[in-house]
Amino acid sequence: MNGRPEGSALVTGGSRGIGAAIAKALAREGWPVGVSYRSDSDAAEAVVEEITSAGGRAKALQGDIADPETAEMLFKTLEDEFGPVLVLVNNAGVRADGLSPQIDDEDWAKVIDTNLSAAFRLTRRALRPMIRARYGRVVNIASIVGQRANPGQANYAASKAGLVAMTKTVAAEVARRGVTVNAVAPGLIETDMTEGIAENLLEHVPARRPGTPEDVAECVRFLASDGAGYVTGVCLTVDGGLTA
Amino acid sequence: MAATATREEIEGRVFKALEEFGAEPDQIGPDAEFEAMDVDSLDLVELAQIVEDEYGVQLKGEDMEGVKTVRQAVDLVMSKLG
Repeated sequence: MNGRPEGSALVTGGSRGIGAAIAKALAREGWPVGVSYRSDSDAAEAVVEEITSAGGRAKALQGDIADPETAEMLFKTLEDEFGPVLVLVNNAGVRADGLSPQIDDEDWAKVIDTNLSAAFRLTRRALRPMIRARYGRVVNIASIVGQRANPGQANYAASKAGLVAMTKTVAAEVARRGVTVNAVAPGLIETDMTEGIAENLLEHVPARRPGTPEDVAECVRFLASDGAGYVTGVCLTVDGGLTA
Repeated sequence: MAATATREEIEGRVFKALEEFGAEPDQIGPDAEFEAMDVDSLDLVELAQIVEDEYGVQLKGEDMEGVKTVRQAVDLVMSKLG
Protein backbone atom coordinates (compact mmCIF):
# COMPACT_ATOMS: atom_id res chain seq x y z
CA MET A 1 0.00 0.00 0.00
CA ASN A 2 2.73 2.45 0.91
CA GLY A 3 6.09 3.04 2.53
CA ARG A 4 4.93 3.44 6.08
CA PRO A 5 6.74 1.40 8.74
CA GLU A 6 5.12 -1.29 10.86
CA GLY A 7 3.51 0.01 13.99
CA SER A 8 0.26 0.75 15.69
CA ALA A 9 -2.28 3.49 16.29
CA LEU A 10 -3.64 4.80 19.58
CA VAL A 11 -7.01 6.53 19.78
CA THR A 12 -7.93 8.04 23.13
CA GLY A 13 -11.60 8.15 23.97
CA GLY A 14 -12.00 5.41 21.41
CA SER A 15 -14.97 3.62 22.86
CA ARG A 16 -17.72 5.91 21.63
CA GLY A 17 -18.75 8.59 19.18
CA ILE A 18 -16.04 10.22 17.11
CA GLY A 19 -13.26 8.18 18.73
CA ALA A 20 -14.92 4.87 17.91
CA ALA A 21 -15.39 5.93 14.28
CA ILE A 22 -11.72 6.96 14.11
CA ALA A 23 -10.55 3.66 15.61
CA LYS A 24 -12.54 1.73 13.02
CA ALA A 25 -11.32 3.91 10.15
CA LEU A 26 -7.68 3.45 11.14
CA ALA A 27 -8.18 -0.30 11.52
CA ARG A 28 -9.54 -0.40 7.98
CA GLU A 29 -6.30 1.28 6.89
CA GLY A 30 -4.45 -1.68 8.33
CA TRP A 31 -3.29 -0.22 11.64
CA PRO A 32 -3.58 -2.33 14.77
CA VAL A 33 -5.47 0.03 17.05
CA GLY A 34 -5.36 0.68 20.77
CA VAL A 35 -8.83 1.79 21.85
CA SER A 36 -8.27 3.75 25.02
CA TYR A 37 -11.23 4.46 27.26
CA ARG A 38 -11.91 5.60 30.79
CA SER A 39 -15.14 4.02 31.90
CA ASP A 40 -17.26 2.31 29.25
CA SER A 41 -15.57 -1.06 28.87
CA ASP A 42 -18.56 -2.62 27.12
CA ALA A 43 -18.48 0.03 24.42
CA ALA A 44 -14.71 -0.28 24.02
CA GLU A 45 -14.94 -4.06 23.73
CA ALA A 46 -17.71 -3.65 21.15
CA VAL A 47 -15.40 -1.45 19.03
CA VAL A 48 -12.61 -4.02 19.35
CA GLU A 49 -15.02 -6.81 18.45
CA GLU A 50 -16.22 -4.94 15.36
CA ILE A 51 -12.65 -4.34 14.23
CA THR A 52 -11.47 -7.89 14.82
CA SER A 53 -14.50 -9.46 13.17
CA ALA A 54 -13.71 -7.37 10.10
CA GLY A 55 -10.20 -8.87 10.07
CA GLY A 56 -8.39 -6.06 11.87
CA ARG A 57 -6.47 -5.97 15.11
CA ALA A 58 -7.41 -3.92 18.16
CA LYS A 59 -7.11 -3.87 21.91
CA ALA A 60 -9.20 -2.05 24.51
CA LEU A 61 -7.07 -0.16 27.05
CA GLN A 62 -8.60 1.19 30.23
CA GLY A 63 -7.07 4.30 31.80
CA ASP A 64 -7.78 7.89 32.72
CA ILE A 65 -5.48 9.98 30.54
CA ALA A 66 -5.71 12.85 33.03
CA ASP A 67 -3.53 10.64 35.25
CA PRO A 68 0.09 11.31 34.19
CA GLU A 69 1.02 7.63 34.58
CA THR A 70 -1.55 6.45 32.10
CA ALA A 71 0.42 7.60 29.05
CA GLU A 72 3.34 5.28 29.74
CA MET A 73 1.02 2.35 30.42
CA LEU A 74 -0.89 2.88 27.16
CA PHE A 75 2.23 3.16 25.05
CA LYS A 76 4.04 0.27 26.73
CA THR A 77 1.07 -2.03 26.28
CA LEU A 78 0.70 -1.18 22.61
CA GLU A 79 4.43 -1.32 21.91
CA ASP A 80 4.63 -4.80 23.44
CA GLU A 81 1.61 -6.09 21.58
CA PHE A 82 1.58 -4.28 18.23
CA GLY A 83 4.86 -2.40 17.88
CA PRO A 84 5.65 1.31 18.13
CA VAL A 85 2.76 3.76 18.14
CA LEU A 86 3.13 5.65 14.86
CA VAL A 87 -0.35 7.18 14.82
CA LEU A 88 -1.68 9.00 17.87
CA VAL A 89 -5.17 10.47 17.87
CA ASN A 90 -5.83 12.67 20.88
CA ASN A 91 -9.58 12.47 20.86
CA ALA A 92 -10.57 12.02 24.50
CA GLY A 93 -12.31 15.06 25.82
CA VAL A 94 -14.59 16.14 28.61
CA ARG A 95 -17.01 19.01 29.08
CA ALA A 96 -18.01 20.85 32.22
CA ASP A 97 -20.17 23.61 30.81
CA GLY A 98 -21.40 26.71 32.53
CA LEU A 99 -21.32 30.45 32.12
CA SER A 100 -17.95 31.75 33.26
CA PRO A 101 -19.07 33.11 36.65
CA GLN A 102 -20.18 29.59 37.47
CA ILE A 103 -17.19 27.61 36.28
CA ASP A 104 -15.28 26.75 39.45
CA ASP A 105 -11.58 25.89 39.61
CA GLU A 106 -12.31 22.20 39.59
CA ASP A 107 -14.36 22.36 36.39
CA TRP A 108 -11.76 24.56 34.76
CA ALA A 109 -8.88 22.27 35.72
CA LYS A 110 -10.68 19.05 34.82
CA VAL A 111 -11.33 20.20 31.27
CA ILE A 112 -7.86 21.66 30.71
CA ASP A 113 -6.17 18.59 32.25
CA THR A 114 -7.93 16.06 30.07
CA ASN A 115 -8.36 17.97 26.83
CA LEU A 116 -5.04 19.81 26.71
CA SER A 117 -2.45 18.66 29.26
CA ALA A 118 -3.10 14.96 28.71
CA ALA A 119 -2.92 15.44 24.95
CA PHE A 120 0.46 17.09 25.38
CA ARG A 121 1.75 14.30 27.61
CA LEU A 122 0.65 11.65 25.15
CA THR A 123 2.13 13.60 22.24
CA ARG A 124 5.44 14.00 24.06
CA ARG A 125 5.59 10.28 24.74
CA ALA A 126 4.62 9.45 21.16
CA LEU A 127 7.20 11.69 19.52
CA ARG A 128 10.25 9.82 20.75
CA PRO A 129 9.65 6.58 18.83
CA MET A 130 8.16 8.53 15.91
CA ILE A 131 11.31 10.63 15.61
CA ARG A 132 13.43 7.47 15.74
CA ALA A 133 11.23 5.83 13.10
CA ARG A 134 11.31 8.94 10.88
CA TYR A 135 7.56 8.51 10.60
CA GLY A 136 4.63 9.57 12.70
CA ARG A 137 1.16 11.03 12.59
CA VAL A 138 -0.37 12.93 15.47
CA VAL A 139 -3.94 14.14 15.06
CA ASN A 140 -5.51 16.26 17.77
CA ILE A 141 -9.27 16.52 17.88
CA ALA A 142 -10.04 20.17 18.51
CA SER A 143 -13.39 21.90 18.04
CA ILE A 144 -14.82 24.90 16.24
CA VAL A 145 -15.53 26.41 19.65
CA GLY A 146 -11.78 27.00 19.84
CA GLN A 147 -12.26 29.47 17.00
CA ARG A 148 -15.78 30.77 17.51
CA ALA A 149 -17.55 31.71 20.71
CA ASN A 150 -19.96 29.28 22.26
CA PRO A 151 -21.24 30.73 25.51
CA GLY A 152 -21.03 28.27 28.37
CA GLN A 153 -17.82 26.62 27.23
CA ALA A 154 -14.99 28.95 28.26
CA ASN A 155 -12.98 26.04 29.67
CA TYR A 156 -13.66 23.73 26.74
CA ALA A 157 -12.97 26.47 24.18
CA ALA A 158 -9.68 27.39 25.88
CA SER A 159 -8.59 23.75 25.93
CA LYS A 160 -9.38 23.29 22.24
CA ALA A 161 -7.76 26.55 21.13
CA GLY A 162 -4.72 25.54 23.16
CA LEU A 163 -4.68 22.20 21.40
CA VAL A 164 -4.51 23.92 18.01
CA ALA A 165 -1.67 26.19 19.15
CA MET A 166 0.21 23.19 20.51
CA THR A 167 -0.40 21.36 17.24
CA LYS A 168 1.25 24.09 15.19
CA THR A 169 4.31 24.47 17.39
CA VAL A 170 5.01 20.76 17.76
CA ALA A 171 4.46 20.30 14.03
CA ALA A 172 7.18 22.83 13.27
CA GLU A 173 9.55 21.18 15.75
CA VAL A 174 9.41 17.68 14.30
CA ALA A 175 8.53 18.19 10.62
CA ARG A 176 12.03 17.35 9.41
CA ARG A 177 11.72 13.86 10.89
CA GLY A 178 8.75 12.84 8.79
CA VAL A 179 6.40 13.34 11.72
CA THR A 180 3.25 15.37 11.07
CA VAL A 181 1.05 16.95 13.72
CA ASN A 182 -2.38 18.23 12.74
CA ALA A 183 -5.72 19.05 14.25
CA VAL A 184 -9.28 18.41 13.17
CA ALA A 185 -11.94 20.81 14.39
CA PRO A 186 -15.39 19.25 14.26
CA GLY A 187 -18.46 21.44 14.28
CA LEU A 188 -21.84 20.14 15.25
CA ILE A 189 -21.49 16.35 15.31
CA GLU A 190 -24.19 13.99 16.50
CA THR A 191 -22.81 12.05 19.47
CA ASP A 192 -23.77 11.32 23.06
CA MET A 193 -21.58 14.22 24.09
CA THR A 194 -23.42 16.79 22.01
CA GLU A 195 -26.91 15.55 22.83
CA GLY A 196 -29.17 18.45 23.62
CA ILE A 197 -27.03 21.23 22.21
CA ALA A 198 -27.73 20.43 18.58
CA GLU A 199 -31.16 21.86 17.86
CA ASN A 200 -30.52 25.59 18.22
CA LEU A 201 -27.34 25.43 16.16
CA LEU A 202 -28.58 23.41 13.24
CA GLU A 203 -30.24 26.32 11.47
CA HIS A 204 -26.81 27.97 11.20
CA VAL A 205 -25.21 24.97 9.47
CA PRO A 206 -25.14 25.53 5.69
CA ALA A 207 -25.10 21.78 5.11
CA ARG A 208 -28.46 21.62 6.94
CA ARG A 209 -27.53 18.49 8.81
CA PRO A 210 -25.38 17.65 11.79
CA GLY A 211 -22.11 15.92 11.02
CA THR A 212 -21.53 12.26 11.77
CA PRO A 213 -18.61 10.70 13.61
CA GLU A 214 -17.67 9.17 10.25
CA ASP A 215 -17.38 12.65 8.68
CA VAL A 216 -14.70 13.43 11.26
CA ALA A 217 -13.05 10.01 11.08
CA GLU A 218 -12.55 10.39 7.35
CA CYS A 219 -10.54 13.59 7.89
CA VAL A 220 -8.44 11.85 10.52
CA ARG A 221 -7.92 8.88 8.22
CA PHE A 222 -6.52 11.21 5.59
CA LEU A 223 -4.25 13.11 7.97
CA ALA A 224 -2.97 9.81 9.38
CA SER A 225 -2.24 8.40 5.93
CA ASP A 226 1.14 8.07 4.29
CA GLY A 227 -0.12 10.34 1.50
CA ALA A 228 -0.63 13.26 3.88
CA GLY A 229 3.08 13.45 4.69
CA TYR A 230 3.44 17.05 3.53
CA VAL A 231 0.42 18.28 5.48
CA THR A 232 1.45 19.43 8.93
CA GLY A 233 0.51 22.09 11.44
CA VAL A 234 -2.97 22.59 10.03
CA CYS A 235 -6.37 22.55 11.63
CA LEU A 236 -8.90 20.96 9.32
CA THR A 237 -12.38 22.18 10.07
CA VAL A 238 -15.21 19.73 9.46
CA ASP A 239 -18.41 21.58 10.21
CA GLY A 240 -20.70 21.57 7.17
CA GLY A 241 -19.79 25.18 6.52
CA LEU A 242 -20.77 26.52 9.96
CA THR A 243 -17.68 28.71 10.32
CA ALA A 244 -17.29 29.43 6.61
CA MET B 1 24.78 -2.41 30.75
CA ALA B 2 25.08 1.10 32.13
CA ALA B 3 27.86 0.11 34.51
CA THR B 4 29.96 -1.56 31.84
CA ALA B 5 29.79 1.03 29.03
CA THR B 6 33.26 2.34 28.25
CA ARG B 7 34.17 5.75 26.97
CA GLU B 8 35.02 4.23 23.59
CA GLU B 9 31.65 2.52 23.33
CA ILE B 10 29.75 5.68 24.12
CA GLU B 11 31.85 7.73 21.74
CA GLY B 12 31.31 5.14 19.01
CA ARG B 13 27.57 5.25 19.60
CA VAL B 14 27.54 9.04 19.38
CA PHE B 15 29.52 8.91 16.12
CA LYS B 16 27.01 6.43 14.70
CA ALA B 17 24.11 8.66 15.72
CA LEU B 18 25.75 11.69 14.11
CA GLU B 19 26.07 9.77 10.85
CA GLU B 20 22.36 8.95 11.05
CA PHE B 21 21.65 12.64 11.49
CA GLY B 22 23.47 13.33 8.24
CA ALA B 23 26.85 14.55 9.44
CA GLU B 24 29.68 13.92 6.97
CA PRO B 25 31.74 10.94 8.24
CA ASP B 26 35.06 12.75 7.69
CA GLN B 27 33.84 15.63 9.85
CA ILE B 28 32.98 13.44 12.81
CA GLY B 29 35.51 13.31 15.62
CA PRO B 30 35.83 13.86 19.38
CA ASP B 31 36.40 17.59 19.05
CA ALA B 32 34.03 18.24 16.19
CA GLU B 33 31.43 20.84 17.06
CA PHE B 34 27.80 19.88 16.60
CA GLU B 35 27.04 23.17 14.91
CA ALA B 36 29.78 22.66 12.32
CA MET B 37 28.31 19.25 11.54
CA ASP B 38 24.86 20.79 11.05
CA VAL B 39 23.60 18.88 14.06
CA ASP B 40 20.64 20.86 15.33
CA SER B 41 18.59 21.01 18.51
CA LEU B 42 16.22 18.23 17.45
CA ASP B 43 19.21 16.00 16.66
CA LEU B 44 20.52 16.60 20.18
CA VAL B 45 17.13 15.68 21.62
CA GLU B 46 17.28 12.44 19.67
CA LEU B 47 20.86 11.85 20.81
CA ALA B 48 19.77 12.29 24.42
CA GLN B 49 17.03 9.75 23.80
CA ILE B 50 19.46 7.21 22.33
CA VAL B 51 21.74 7.63 25.34
CA GLU B 52 18.81 7.19 27.69
CA ASP B 53 17.55 4.09 25.90
CA GLU B 54 20.93 2.43 25.62
CA TYR B 55 22.78 3.52 28.75
CA GLY B 56 19.95 4.40 31.10
CA VAL B 57 21.23 7.94 31.52
CA GLN B 58 18.69 10.75 31.57
CA LEU B 59 19.84 13.98 29.96
CA LYS B 60 17.62 16.96 30.45
CA GLY B 61 17.59 20.10 28.34
CA GLU B 62 19.57 22.01 30.94
CA ASP B 63 22.25 19.27 31.04
CA MET B 64 22.80 19.72 27.32
CA GLU B 65 23.23 23.47 27.56
CA GLY B 66 26.79 24.41 26.73
CA VAL B 67 27.53 21.01 25.23
CA LYS B 68 29.07 21.87 21.89
CA THR B 69 31.35 18.96 21.02
CA VAL B 70 31.25 15.19 20.95
CA ARG B 71 33.84 15.07 23.73
CA GLN B 72 31.71 17.28 25.97
CA ALA B 73 28.68 15.09 25.28
CA VAL B 74 30.60 11.91 26.11
CA ASP B 75 32.01 13.57 29.27
CA LEU B 76 28.48 14.40 30.30
CA VAL B 77 27.27 10.82 29.80
CA MET B 78 30.31 9.42 31.63
CA SER B 79 29.72 11.75 34.58
CA LYS B 80 26.11 10.62 34.81
CA LEU B 81 27.16 6.97 34.61
CA GLY B 82 29.75 7.42 37.32
